[in-house]
Amino acid sequence: MLEIRDLMAGAGDKPVLKGLTLDVRAGEVHAIMGPNGSGKSTLAHVLAGRDGFAVTGGSVRFEGKDLLAMSPEERAREGLFLAFQYPVEIPGVGNSYFLKSALNAVRKHRGLPELDAHEFLQLLKQKARSVQIAENLLNRPVNEGFSGGEKKRNEILQMAVLEPRLAVLDETDSGLDIDALRVVADGINAMRSKERAIVMITHYQRLLDYVVPDRVHVLLDGRLVRSGGKELALELERQGYAALEKEFAGNR
Amino acid sequence: MSETDKRALEDMARQEYPYGFVTPVEEDRVAKGLNEDVIRLISAKKGEPDWLLEWRLKAYRHWLTMTEPRWARLCYSPIDYQAISYYAAPRMNARPKSIEEVDPEILRTYDKLGIPLAERAALAGVAVDAVFDSVSVATTFKDKLRQMGILFCSFSEAVREHPDLVRKWLGSVVPPGDNFFAALNSAVFSDGSFCHVPRGVRCPMELSTYFRINAKETGQFERTLIVAEEGASVSYLEGCTAPRRDENQLHAAVVELVALDDASIKYSTVQNWYPGDREGRGGIFNFVTKRGRCKGARSRISWTQVETGSAITWKYPSCILQGDGSSGEFYSVAVTNHRQQADTGTKMIHIGKDTRSTIISKGISAGFGQNSYRGLVRIAPGAENARNYSQCDSLLLGDRCGAHTFPNLDVQNPTAQVEHEASTSRIGEDQLFYCRQRGLSPEDAVNLIVNGFCKRVFKELPMEFAVEAQKLLSVSLEGSVG
Repeated sequence: MLEIRDLMAGAGDKPVLKGLTLDVRAGEVHAIMGPNGSGKSTLAHVLAGRDGFAVTGGSVRFEGKDLLAMSPEERAREGLFLAFQYPVEIPGVGNSYFLKSALNAVRKHRGLPELDAHEFLQLLKQKARSVQIAENLLNRPVNEGFSGGEKKRNEILQMAVLEPRLAVLDETDSGLDIDALRVVADGINAMRSKERAIVMITHYQRLLDYVVPDRVHVLLDGRLVRSGGKELALELERQGYAALEKEFAGNR
Repeated sequence: MSETDKRALEDMARQEYPYGFVTPVEEDRVAKGLNEDVIRLISAKKGEPDWLLEWRLKAYRHWLTMTEPRWARLCYSPIDYQAISYYAAPRMNARPKSIEEVDPEILRTYDKLGIPLAERAALAGVAVDAVFDSVSVATTFKDKLRQMGILFCSFSEAVREHPDLVRKWLGSVVPPGDNFFAALNSAVFSDGSFCHVPRGVRCPMELSTYFRINAKETGQFERTLIVAEEGASVSYLEGCTAPRRDENQLHAAVVELVALDDASIKYSTVQNWYPGDREGRGGIFNFVTKRGRCKGARSRISWTQVETGSAITWKYPSCILQGDGSSGEFYSVAVTNHRQQADTGTKMIHIGKDTRSTIISKGISAGFGQNSYRGLVRIAPGAENARNYSQCDSLLLGDRCGAHTFPNLDVQNPTAQVEHEASTSRIGEDQLFYCRQRGLSPEDAVNLIVNGFCKRVFKELPMEFAVEAQKLLSVSLEGSVG
């Protein structure tokens, strides 16, 4: 579903990703772990097409199409979803109105009929229950005045409504207490399916206790230096990133 | 900001003005220039009583001693008051007695503007007074309102039919010598709307005036007077458009509102005068004095304005909170695109005890637009326990426009509580990206964000106008679910 080949990209003039290669197939859950500054968030932003991140080499194909040639909204409509590390507030715009506009933009692109207000509300309420979002948050402005945990749960709600083919979760576990983490993890697990791939970007292992990945990769200085099963995450947890950093320091 | 985002912002700033057409009617107009003879001529054309002519002449003589105000943050070439024709009216054989007798060309104009005047086609629940250049051409639902004791008619008709009421209230809120443009208006005003709601009557429909400038090289100087007697309430709407022309045209109106004990007046404006072209050629110079007097105890006056048009906007709808426990509100969205300039805001003058005022101002600047909020909150020595809350937010679209805030506070009573909040933000690259990541086009994303920014003000508009206001910002209907 996602084929990343020798991806090189930078934030501004600074090279961050230095030849990253990754294959993600439908039905798989991948975890990308790495220390601060290793390029985790840059990867997420480059995949979503954010400005200010220049791709200098390599390629990314999404369902066989050239992802990097698409605008951010085209990527979204093709089924790529990014759960933001820092969800953005949009004052005055109702959460459910925002999500309805987004869903209908995606549905239109896929040749599906747009949902009317009533149909959408039914869908939204059902999804909100599944991620334990209080109904009053649906009518509040997008992320405005939400707690950190509410913002992250709202990202999961958006994912549940938009039903992407590929979800990239950028540090979705950061800033969550254990109860909120469990709710978010349940939400992610509910999204697992044969047709969908999930890439979790995280600093810590703890999310992986709840969402067990098929593959774990270690991102270090812009490259994936190790890949393995879920036991790799536990090994990292024990040893920290320092040992790996030392091991690969010579390659820099 | 990416090129696509920039383009979306520029497209938004480049919207076509759809009301720029000219209606081909023969007009009766007074030769350009201003002197006492012109004023006598206007007064005679309208068959006015002597007291009103004297009132005009006094205002004119006072105006001659005044100088044009230049304190606003506005930049424009001097206005030649002798190069303007002060009266233009479509030629009519006799005063039309019903809408069927109005020139079909003019009826078509209002149809094109989306304001059908024939009552069978008229907007349900909205009575319209249609002002075309210097005269009112039709007023709908007049008889129906009359049955409830509500007077709603053109100003000229009010002078003829209800001279005592006009004489009692005219100039009681905005005196003829109030300011340069009010004095000019008092001298040459041609028509406008008059509304009187008797004691205890709640007006069952929205009243509205639609102002249309059509003739070239004229100014429009209308006057609106609304009086709500004890316990009465009325909601009034005002809309305006003008043809696309390369020359500037002057619009200097005066609006006076009076609310007696327990009365309430809600006055909403969607101002969409021709704003000029992208280079700043042409457009309306909009110098308007709007003021309400909360004369009675517990009376309430609320101004809501959506200012999207005009090359220059100079306008401060204000409230004199005279009655104890009275309240004033000002909700404003002002948009400046291209080379448009707006200097707008409000004055809340607290005189009575326990008076309240709320000011919510949203300024949006795009292109090379310059947008200023200018406000005054004055708490007089006798205004015990007065309260004011002001919030002034500015949103910048692009990097060549400007936003400015000039809030003035004058608190002369220690029991007052006055709060002021202000913010200026650029439309966020992170907000745009967030919306686009969810599948929205950059255009839809900008519309969504701008509409959200204005939500607090749009909520105050009557339904019909809220829709128009949102369309004006080319926004799909927000809040149908949320």
